[in-house]
Amino acid sequence: MADGAVAGGKGIGAHLGGHLRENGMLMALVAIVLLFTVIVRGLIGVDFLSAQNITNLFLQNSYVIIMALGMLLVIVAGHIDLSVGSVVGFTGAVAAVLTVNMGLPVFVVIPVCLLIGACIGAAQGYWIAYWRIPSFIVTLAGMLVFRGLTLWLLNGQNVGPFPKSFQSLSTGFIPDVIGAGKPNVTALVIIAIAAGIVVWLGWRARGRDEKFGITPEPMVMFVARNVVVAAALMFVGYKLASFRGLPNVVVVLGLLTVLYAFFTENTTTGRRVYALGGNEKAAKLSGINTDRLVFLTFVNMGVLASLAGMIVAARLNSSTPKAGVGFELDVIAAVFIGGASMTGGSGKIIGVVVGALIMGVMNNGMSILGIGIDYQQVIKGLVLLAAVIFDVYNKNK
Amino acid sequence: MATLLEMRGITKVFPGVKALDHVNLTVEQGEIHAICGENGAGKSTLMKVLSGVYPHGSYEGEIIYDGAPLHCRGIRDSEAKGIIIIHQELALVPLLSIAENLFLGNEVAKNGVINWPECFQKTEGLLKKVGLSEAPTTQVGKLGVGKQQLIEIAKALAKDVRLLILDEPTAALQENDSQKLLDLLLELKRQGITSILISHKLNEISRVADRITIIRDGTSVSTLTTDAISEERIIRDMVGRDMAHRYPERTPNPGEVLMEVEGWNVWHPEQTGRQMIKDVSIHVRKGEIVGIAGLMGTGRTELAMSLFGHSYGRNISGTVKMGGKVVDTSTVTRAIAAGLAYVTEDRKQLGLVLEEPIVKNITLANLAGVATRSVISRGREQQVAEEYRRAMSIRTPSVFQKVVNLSGGNQQKVVLSKWLFTDPQVLILDEPTRGIDVGAKFEIYTIMNELVAQGRGVVMISSEMPELLGMCDRIYVMNEGRIMGELTRAEASQERIMALILKNETAKVA
Repeated sequence: MADGAVAGGKGIGAHLGGHLRENGMLMALVAIVLLFTVIVRGLIGVDFLSAQNITNLFLQNSYVIIMALGMLLVIVAGHIDLSVGSVVGFTGAVAAVLTVNMGLPVFVVIPVCLLIGACIGAAQGYWIAYWRIPSFIVTLAGMLVFRGLTLWLLNGQNVGPFPKSFQSLSTGFIPDVIGAGKPNVTALVIIAIAAGIVVWLGWRARGRDEKFGITPEPMVMFVARNVVVAAALMFVGYKLASFRGLPNVVVVLGLLTVLYAFFTENTTTGRRVYALGGNEKAAKLSGINTDRLVFLTFVNMGVLASLAGMIVAARLNSSTPKAGVGFELDVIAAVFIGGASMTGGSGKIIGVVVGALIMGVMNNGMSILGIGIDYQQVIKGLVLLAAVIFDVYNKNK
Repeated sequence: MATLLEMRGITKVFPGVKALDHVNLTVEQGEIHAICGENGAGKSTLMKVLSGVYPHGSYEGEIIYDGAPLHCRGIRDSEAKGIIIIHQELALVPLLSIAENLFLGNEVAKNGVINWPECFQKTEGLLKKVGLSEAPTTQVGKLGVGKQQLIEIAKALAKDVRLLILDEPTAALQENDSQKLLDLLLELKRQGITSILISHKLNEISRVADRITIIRDGTSVSTLTTDAISEERIIRDMVGRDMAHRYPERTPNPGEVLMEVEGWNVWHPEQTGRQMIKDVSIHVRKGEIVGIAGLMGTGRTELAMSLFGHSYGRNISGTVKMGGKVVDTSTVTRAIAAGLAYVTEDRKQLGLVLEEPIVKNITLANLAGVATRSVISRGREQQVAEEYRRAMSIRTPSVFQKVVNLSGGNQQKVVLSKWLFTDPQVLILDEPTRGIDVGAKFEIYTIMNELVAQGRGVVMISSEMPELLGMCDRIYVMNEGRIMGELTRAEASQERIMALILKNETAKVA
């Protein structure tokens, strides 16, 4: 039968075709960056890839990427979390009250806020997992509840400013312990090591694949991809180093991305989340505690949302009642642009990070160009639609 | 008899595969024409060509229907000509009433306003024709599969059907519902409706069909009249070889008792006071295949699923012993740890993650077996999958193929592999050969024999009595949640099994 047929051939073209989604997103990101570089220079004569702008890009979008990591798991499990924007606002408010009003030190406030995030996730996950109330409803309620609690906690006012130690969560940089001066040698070294590890891991995985007889991707592809990735990393690293160094947020982001990528692809629990989203009944009959797994994905989402909440508060240097409004949409859009399936069961961490970066680069580029918020929304909406149509089209082909 | 339909030299090519290669099919006016073939032989593709799912121009060859060439652009065109196909998966809306379903897309309406009295009146007429006595307002979801199948036929009748195509209509039906459906086909034939019946069940075909076309590997092999056919001949044409034995040979060699279930009671999960399993006690020996016979809906699946991690029902009581020791099977994880495995009857809904590759499906129930401290070794995982691919002869270009792309038989082998990888002592196989073709059935039987040869115990639940008689050392007969009796291989026969089932019915009448 037709569906039994598999595209044969082992050329580069065939490989590209098989991994169209992953490579396509990466290419789209590169294309968008180049496009903005050209347009921004041509129209207003500014360097889009300036050190300052690259630093800004990460600072502005770190919260979306961080939450998208957790949202991927929620969506893979077949659920959705609409409350993350309000949780961002709420935990930011709690952090403000604890540090600014009560004067507690940062090393107490951060764990307390993360714990509160976990509790919020647990409270929502409990109804979703064990009472089978649709996540859309529960988190819609959560969205209202936590926005209301934010207003109540802040009395409708901005609370700030934060002490330096708390601000450094978002606006801090890794101190230059090796060089001192520009470019920041420590940042360069860290990035170089990171790039080296990426290439080394790829090489090791390739060797292992060969050992077990999995057809590896063509050598040309492997080299080309790694050269591009390593070069991009080094370029970004160099730019960051020549400005103020490596932002703390970028380090947190990098570590979390690696951690979640490893979790989803290499651990038994990660695998089970995908099985749960792919076919919950079959997963359950295979001895997987699906209820607890759903519960835990929401706890995890709560923790990441509270981390994002603190980063946002630290960046604005105050907690506002409106912090995080609409964030859930950016995060969910990033996950779907990154290739997650609407019905659950599929999606990759690296795709989600690229998806979030695409959204971020577009936000940033369009703002520099002075495109109005009205057009920006239209364009972002169309990009989301196009990415998903591209997915569906590929699946049906 | 005039020729109603003639399909000549139909060739349909998908990228990389020739699904149909010059297939010919001639259907006479007023006959029941059966189409037989292994899964993947091209039966469904042929029917999709006929019904316009693949529009005119996307295939080669010609179709003459009612004396004129037939060029369909879609299902609507073929339906307008009275060609109606009923698919294996029913296309009814469970939450709507019978009347609403019958006239879905074809409503009894004027200017978009439904005329309910007329609609109900017509519905009653149609229901009478198919021998149902339900109220037109009954929700379809509340009917059993057998009745739903009849509703599908009534729906076809509502559209003035001339050529009715049924794709494995009895695959999900139990014996007496199947009989009713076949009787209805014969009745429709008397009224002049021509039918094409796609089926795996040879006894049904020989009962109702006038002629048979056998398709193998995308070509029509032969068309036979029913007087001239024997089941052996059909099987030979289908698989392309003689199949002297439908069940592989095995010398029974039962050992000590492996699993013992005593006083098992299960209540319905929603309806309070409805007991589904009543005081069931069964045992399985080492190296033994034990059958559970009974009609569908008599509690066989409920028994199996409640034993396996209390996956069905509530207020479960009774004991399970493995190797003489009482074990806890109250969650799936514990049941697996106790050495139990349950291979579901519904592999697509309950057995497989369809969009995942073979390799991930095989290791799903025992991820610890390919992981070190919760970190999965991809290499080891692939080795395991390759081993089962070889041992089970799963036909696939690669173990990274998504299982959704496999045929029914190969999917079943993946489910079996998954459970074997948990190294169970006792496997409960629920309808292990449902919806798979003759060749793959034989392979599944062979695997079962290997399992018992390794000293495992197998419980086989099946609605097909010949299969139970051919494979089992011992057969429990179940009805209405009770074990009605137990037959050894020597004692068992279709008549005696039916007699045990009916014992209850007569007792109830008396």
